[in-house]
Amino acid sequence: MIDVINLRKAYGGTEVLKGITTTIRQGEKIAIIGPSGSGKSTFLRCLNRMEEPTGGSILFEGRDITDRKTDIDEHRRQMGMVFQHFNLFNNKTVLENIMLAPVYLGLRDLGRLKRRNRLIRLRNMFRADKLPLHPIEKSKARIREEARENALRLLRRIGLEDKADAYPSTLSGGQKQRIAIVRALAMNPKVMLFDEPTSALDPEMVGEVLDLIRQLADEGMTMVIVTHEMGFAREVATRVLFMDGGSILEDDTPVRIFTNPRHPRTKEFLSKVL
Amino acid sequence: MGNFDKKLERFWEVFIEHNGYVKVLTGLQNTVWIAVAGLAIGILIGTMIAVARVMPKTNRLAGFLDGLCVFYVALFRGTPIVVQLLVAYYVALPLIGVNIPALQVCVIVFGLNSAAYVSEIMRSGILSVDPGQMEAGRALGLNYRVTMLKIVIPQAVKNIVPTLGNEFILLIKETSVVSFVGAADLYVAFNYIGSNNYEFMVPYLIMALIYIVLVAVAALIVRQLERSLRKSDRRH
Repeated sequence: MIDVINLRKAYGGTEVLKGITTTIRQGEKIAIIGPSGSGKSTFLRCLNRMEEPTGGSILFEGRDITDRKTDIDEHRRQMGMVFQHFNLFNNKTVLENIMLAPVYLGLRDLGRLKRRNRLIRLRNMFRADKLPLHPIEKSKARIREEARENALRLLRRIGLEDKADAYPSTLSGGQKQRIAIVRALAMNPKVMLFDEPTSALDPEMVGEVLDLIRQLADEGMTMVIVTHEMGFAREVATRVLFMDGGSILEDDTPVRIFTNPRHPRTKEFLSKVL
Repeated sequence: MGNFDKKLERFWEVFIEHNGYVKVLTGLQNTVWIAVAGLAIGILIGTMIAVARVMPKTNRLAGFLDGLCVFYVALFRGTPIVVQLLVAYYVALPLIGVNIPALQVCVIVFGLNSAAYVSEIMRSGILSVDPGQMEAGRALGLNYRVTMLKIVIPQAVKNIVPTLGNEFILLIKETSVVSFVGAADLYVAFNYIGSNNYEFMVPYLIMALIYIVLVAVAALIVRQLERSLRKSDRRH
């Protein structure tokens, strides 16, 4: 599903990623572990080009997303991202946070179709064989209504319907992060990227967020998680990547990484954190 | 104080009987109009300048726009507003060969001038918004423009309303120089009343009072606006 080939990223003279090559298949849950500054987050952020790679390529379903011609916004719609600091839109209510992108993009696509149809009608006036119009299935109101229903359904799922009209500043960290997760889900992404989703949370709220991620994993969502929660990585991941110094040093099943690490750096790291 | 009573009487006489109040009302209207329209233009152009300046410099056009905006701000902050008015009215417009009423020239010049200051205020406002907000918008597939318009700028504006209010108050007071190009503001009105009988004490005193009231009203409006914008910060 995602092929990363010799991915490199440098800030000025310092190389943060020194040639990463790996393949992420549909349905895999990949945990990336490693010490701070090892390039885990940078690697994750390169996958939806939040960071611009300086070398190599990333193929998503066969298309190279590092190509300048790729519509990066289109790509990002298919890849949900969850941040360490939640990044809910502070000026929007919870419901608006979830609805904003689906409604905006839905309306934009509708506008594009309508413009194309106008052009076709114009051309049809001068043609004997009429070109077919693009079918328009939804009205503006329908798009909004569907986004709203979907947002409420997602909120019900995480038990926060009553917070629909609240602003993010009134919520706890755990609530914010769960809302950030369903906000990403509202776009129906094919892959979810989690960038240390529990690192900024109070210990008592880590559980509720991990539970939600675990549910998604059980439903078969493809996901890549940068995490310091070793127990969680071990339990949920189908594959663990250990990164250090901008390279993947070990790539194996969680059982083998956690019980029988081969690389000396992995051993050292795990002996410190476990 | 008997002398003052007499002065007050003479002012009243001109104010009512020689239609002084009409001049004052027109002046008041022009003063408020120049300040309000100037600020509106300033916010519009200033926001565009601020965005051009914080935009990531990924291509040459963005770099060029940035340079242009720096030059614009330097130009309008580097000269007094009176000089800008005079140059616009007596140099720029005749050179282009168009004839625009003084009042509209004032609105435009005050707008352009205020844009330079608002752009710096707005830029600091945009930079004060957590970069994570832009990242979150982009990660959802919204483009730079939409994320800026729907997420970043509304939050930036909320942060800078007090400073923008200050700019508005400055504008109200600075409009007192528009008579340099012949626009009729409060000063022109009270000067007319005073010149009628060479009695300037009362007219100028009342002019000062009107400015104080104007500024107080502006401050009140700004505070109300600030309060309503803080809605999303309040815990409830």
